[in-house]
Amino acid sequence: MAAAQEEKREEKKFSIWDLPDVPEKLPPHLEFARTRVQCNLDAPVHTESITYSGAYASMRVDNSVQLDFFQEKFRVEVKRLTKDDMEFDLIGIDPSIANAFRRILIAELPTMAIEKVFIANNTSVIQDEVLAHRLGLIPIAVDPRLFEYISENDSPNEKNTIVFKLHAHCKRGEPRLTVKTKDLIWLPNGSEYLLEGQNPDSSSSSKPKTYTSFSCSQDSLPEFANNPISTLPDITIARLGPGQEIEFEAHAVKGMGKTHAKWSPVATAWYRMLPEVVLLEDIEDEDAEALVKTCPVKVFDIEDIGNGKKKAKVARPRSCTLCRECLRVGEEWEKRVSLRRVKDHFIFTIESTGALPPEVLFTEAVKILEDKCERVFSELS
Amino acid sequence: MEHSAFGDQSNATFSITDEDHTLANAIRFTLNQDSRVTFCGYSIPHPSDALVNVRVQTSGDPAREVLKDACLDLILMCRHVRSTFDKAVDDFKANEGVQEQNIDSKAIEGVQALDIDSESD
Repeated sequence: MAAAQEEKREEKKFSIWDLPDVPEKLPPHLEFARTRVQCNLDAPVHTESITYSGAYASMRVDNSVQLDFFQEKFRVEVKRLTKDDMEFDLIGIDPSIANAFRRILIAELPTMAIEKVFIANNTSVIQDEVLAHRLGLIPIAVDPRLFEYISENDSPNEKNTIVFKLHAHCKRGEPRLTVKTKDLIWLPNGSEYLLEGQNPDSSSSSKPKTYTSFSCSQDSLPEFANNPISTLPDITIARLGPGQEIEFEAHAVKGMGKTHAKWSPVATAWYRMLPEVVLLEDIEDEDAEALVKTCPVKVFDIEDIGNGKKKAKVARPRSCTLCRECLRVGEEWEKRVSLRRVKDHFIFTIESTGALPPEVLFTEAVKILEDKCERVFSELS
Repeated sequence: MEHSAFGDQSNATFSITDEDHTLANAIRFTLNQDSRVTFCGYSIPHPSDALVNVRVQTSGDPAREVLKDACLDLILMCRHVRSTFDKAVDDFKANEGVQEQNIDSKAIEGVQALDIDSESD
């Protein structure tokens, strides 16, 4: 009986008087505004997320999301996972949290990057400062969790600095030489350049002072013993003409993306909301073909429904880019096709630069958000 | 980090140093979900200062406790996200392994089938 009544209600045009006195859930138009962004031809509507717990108090609907409710609803679906990029869906989470993860991934996850370059000789056409900048941007394939931050007063030691050297020379009469990152040589014992005022010949009791003070060799540490530190191998640093030479030493330290983008562990990290494409009425024959033709990413397909009739169907809503070409077919099309986005479903993509695999980056980002909360919590108590 | 309440405990502004939209917006979200909160919001007084002011007004409970609960909620949410994510990744990796094995075994079967064919010839 109740089911029949409900069917009847759906058939009828929605009216506010049909609502029960004490509703358990929102009426459909409000539920739609709460969970979907509607993309019209001119502009999207219902774009805001309604988070206030008493937003629907006048309808006697509780909008506060309880923690156990969140835990019940929240899902993660991994779509693609490779060595250096991944795509996954975060379902049932608020944009503020998803955005916090994205911001932390880009700006607050530490990595190692070249910060100081000691140029001994550079006769190439690339200027010292440009060369140093290029070196800074080279991703270093090492787990940054094994290192400490270096502060202004710290001396560079094996816990906070990685040293590379490079010496490239293009002899006269030879073709041009391309200097690649694989030519960078890791120096596990630290800098080989002596501080000013040190005499290399005074081979007295103590070692001459260099620009770093390593107490032991980095390759004697267990984490690097069989796992030498390297950069990504195939990046061009400079091109040398005959007779040109580059010689320098580069010191990499730990830092965060908010100081400089070279410390960002991701090429990019981004999310988009899940597109939802709905055909509000049956679209047949020529109209269907026009619709399929208009979509540049092939969201629609044609389905045979017998009697030589064809019908359009939504085949790949996930690839919709919201270009809204399908709404531009004609004036009445905005009433036939509805483009929406699901507000709490995020398609998250992480491209790692190589220091850490993408799945580790994400868990580290979540941990950092936790640490931030813990800091505030402990300061308040 | 300061705590400035005027007279009653239920309205307060908290200045959090070394933070930005990342934390403040997430905290605002969890605060908004608390039914004790009548108003909350945050502002960054100057974009070059690493400082956010979080305003919390409640219907009676001390604002400090409500903010603490909001932090706790966010921590628990993060933990849940992390465990769910790790499980999803593990499942995906396990599944991928199975699929690769399937392909391998199919390939082997295919090779054997070819062998049989060539023998029968």
